[in-house]
Amino acid sequence: MAEFRLPTNSRVKQGKTHKAPGDASRVRRFVVYRYDPDSGDNPCTDTYEVDLDQCGPMVLDGLIKIKNEIDPTLTFRRSCREGICGSCAMNVDGVNTLACTQAIDDIEGDVRIYPLPHMPVVKDLVPDLTNFYAQYASIKPWLQTRTPAPPDSERLQTKEEQERINSPSACILCACCSTSCPSYWWNSDRYLGPAALLAAYRWLVDTRDEATGERLDHLEDPFRLYRCHTIMNCTNACPKDLNPARAIGEIKQMLAVRRL
Amino acid sequence: MSFRSPLGRVLGMGAAKAGPGHWWAQRLTALALAPLGLWFVFSVVGLDHGQHELIKAWIADPAHAVCLILLLVSLIYHSYLGLQTVLEDYVHGLPKVASLIAVQFLHISMLVGGVYSVLAISFGAAQ
Repeated sequence: MAEFRLPTNSRVKQGKTHKAPGDASRVRRFVVYRYDPDSGDNPCTDTYEVDLDQCGPMVLDGLIKIKNEIDPTLTFRRSCREGICGSCAMNVDGVNTLACTQAIDDIEGDVRIYPLPHMPVVKDLVPDLTNFYAQYASIKPWLQTRTPAPPDSERLQTKEEQERINSPSACILCACCSTSCPSYWWNSDRYLGPAALLAAYRWLVDTRDEATGERLDHLEDPFRLYRCHTIMNCTNACPKDLNPARAIGEIKQMLAVRRL
Repeated sequence: MSFRSPLGRVLGMGAAKAGPGHWWAQRLTALALAPLGLWFVFSVVGLDHGQHELIKAWIADPAHAVCLILLLVSLIYHSYLGLQTVLEDYVHGLPKVASLIAVQFLHISMLVGGVYSVLAISFGAAQ
């Protein structure tokens, strides 16, 4: 059955509070989910008071400041700090987003930071994305053709044909969309999720690709594709303003059209 | 614990080659239910509920009987497709199979019972 409460060993407890130094001028409380698999303890939320006058503007700046100056054990993924690598995807203020593009000033009250929802947690804010990446691999995210490439040029497409794949190609696989989807929460062992389906769509509409039929065959499944009930949490969550919900709708249309 | 690769787990038993039929039927029945539902509500509101014979005569009218049967078929089919989706979403393992069987039996019973009732009244078998 669906799980409405966290298992006993996953319930989040109250953790430590790290006070700001006395001369801090503009203090903001960061409430951060902590989990250490080696301790055997339940996860907890630690509170860090951060002086915003001594900190960069984004949530990721706050986390890096905490790690550098307050608590080096805080664990999270980050790399590019400009919204292109997708590493720092987490749940900030109840919304899945990239910590590096989320301004602290856009959040009211405490800055509450959790890992991406309903994923196994490796440590603190680091979720286990093994299944997510395997789902991406399963849709064969590469060009498949039978016609050999022209000997003296690239495989050509028109400007309009390229424009169809521009938006879905911009996905950075941060997993904000998939982990915001209740269908993915309950059935991620079989439902591919919006990120993998958006990637599948990117190759389905690529006019150079010659495996459209096989790709559709792979998705023609009540769980892989049709667990999507179009509630559009994915589109809402996407920090790159992409539209996975629309892509999934168009895949369903393609599957309907090919039997009519 | 299993040494099966993550990709192996995702690929699992392959695609079931089903889904578009369900998706199509759900939309088709919804489309049919819009006019049929409106027709039913407005017709029933307009009837004099105190008179059993009058209502029986209304159901017995061939056009009404045909529309009622169409309404029953679309409504119960649509309800079945919806409940099936809910069970597939939220229930896992053996309870899922058991509840799917129960829901299937329930809907077929409702359908046969409903259609039989309309036909019985229509052909004058019901007292």
